[in-house]
Amino acid sequence: MKVAHEIVARGPVAEGFDVDRIRADFPILKEKIHGKPLVYFDNGATSQKPRVVIDTLHRYYTAENSNIHRGVHFLSEQATAAYEAARQKIKRFVNARSEQEIIFVRGTTEAINLVAQSYGRTLLKPGDEIIVSAMEHHSNIVPWQMLCEQTGARLRVIPINHDGELVLDEYGRLLNEKTKLVSVTHVSNALGTIVPVKEIVRLAHERRVPVCVDGAQAAPHLKVDVQDLDCDFYAFSGHKLFGPTGVGILYGRSELLEAMPPYQGGGDMISLVTFEKTHYNVLPYKFEAGTPHIAGGIGLGAAVDYLEGLDWQQVTAHEHSLLSYATTALSEIDGLRIIGTAKEKVGVISFVFDHVHAHDVGTILDQEGVAVRAGHHCAMPVMQRFGVPATTRASFALYNTRQEIDTLVRGIHRALKVFA
Amino acid sequence: MSELDELYQEVILDHNKSPRNYRTLAHANRKAQGYNPLCGDQVTVYLQLEDGVIQDISFQGSGCAISKASASMMTAELKGKSETEAKELFENVHDMLTGHANSAEPEDLQRLGKLAVLSGVSKFPARVKCASLAWHTVNSALKAEEEVVSTE
Repeated sequence: MKVAHEIVARGPVAEGFDVDRIRADFPILKEKIHGKPLVYFDNGATSQKPRVVIDTLHRYYTAENSNIHRGVHFLSEQATAAYEAARQKIKRFVNARSEQEIIFVRGTTEAINLVAQSYGRTLLKPGDEIIVSAMEHHSNIVPWQMLCEQTGARLRVIPINHDGELVLDEYGRLLNEKTKLVSVTHVSNALGTIVPVKEIVRLAHERRVPVCVDGAQAAPHLKVDVQDLDCDFYAFSGHKLFGPTGVGILYGRSELLEAMPPYQGGGDMISLVTFEKTHYNVLPYKFEAGTPHIAGGIGLGAAVDYLEGLDWQQVTAHEHSLLSYATTALSEIDGLRIIGTAKEKVGVISFVFDHVHAHDVGTILDQEGVAVRAGHHCAMPVMQRFGVPATTRASFALYNTRQEIDTLVRGIHRALKVFA
Repeated sequence: MSELDELYQEVILDHNKSPRNYRTLAHANRKAQGYNPLCGDQVTVYLQLEDGVIQDISFQGSGCAISKASASMMTAELKGKSETEAKELFENVHDMLTGHANSAEPEDLQRLGKLAVLSGVSKFPARVKCASLAWHTVNSALKAEEEVVSTE
């Protein structure tokens, strides 16, 4: 089967991009799995970490560890400075207007829940509508469903076509005077589709409807510019962006954040507490109750530094070349069907066979040292849309190579042999 | 035999390709649904239980080779067994899949009979739930639990 939108067949490798030099920065890539070199194609689930991130965590706990925003002693000042420096780095990375708009959270999931429970719960009334798309991860569905139950609002869904692209005309029809919020993914985790977020925002803003973007899968692949997108909220996770787990970012437009009530109460989010009344802290601290993942935040800053040190154009060209190479190679396999054939995609390929289940493919690939995701990718409505229970997903990162894709193809042939 | 060959033995591949008792059961008086939220495998087990004996059993659903083969072999094995025997077998299979059965004990192997081919699963922790899903589901059907069984 041929994909609908083939890119350059076995096109040239990205020029000037030294993938071996990049690979040397990621210690785990030297690991052997079942005696074979690790081929890590599960980057959509989490990415590997460059040595500079690992070293930053080590240095923090070895020489800098202290609580932030509260001590007058040297280490506390050091830790506070390092944490706030990381916030600055992230502000620059996504081109926010101010560091007040950068809120540290646990990850994309918490960021979306924060928007739902703080912004949504304050604002929504029975009969109001929230729009999401048919290709959302569960973390951009369930928080809104919970909010709908709490407020009596209704969830509306932008459909997708057979290639896994949003049907924008339908989106236009769904927008109406009852729409209070749009929340869409920037890149689909199951299909790899790049969603035209800028256009989604433009249409929503015509009706003064704010837009929240799930950027978990986009941040590691696309240059995110929140001012250019003009979105109102942008959520992403550190661990998919070559940083530590347990830390993520919610970008929010400061006017909206100012008007929103705190999400959680506790230390650090207050300026004055008495039993009669509590005064909340200023942005971004109002949304950062309790001791945060300090090491994680600083580690994420190191990951951002690492990415800023690369030629982004070359990285994009390299990932694009991997996608086109893999798309061609996988399309040549008898009986393999690619799920997600959008014109605009990042390096994600989901595929199925009629007679071999994704789990079995995943187990056999694992024996070859190839790590892929097999399952519904926390996007069960996407699986239902394409009528499959599960897919096998290979998701690429900047350190992957064409040779690794060849190993994947050999592994798939081995699986087919078992089930011949 | 490699671990992979041990997992995908001929018998298992055969049950996957042509599962036994793969149908609904019109005269079923017990039915339970099993679901593995981690991967989306789902199975429905139908039972015709009379005087504490499984007179007939069937299943339907979607899943990987391991879950389908396990469900198929289970139905073949349980037909005609008493409720007590079925529950005992469930325990034995569970021990085998989780690697707790002592394979050196001939008694254990004997009790498991043909189901012993599934012992390779214990080397693949991520797949244990695939193999045990149908068993958890039948166990629930025997207890006449109405809720959907989840392996999580």
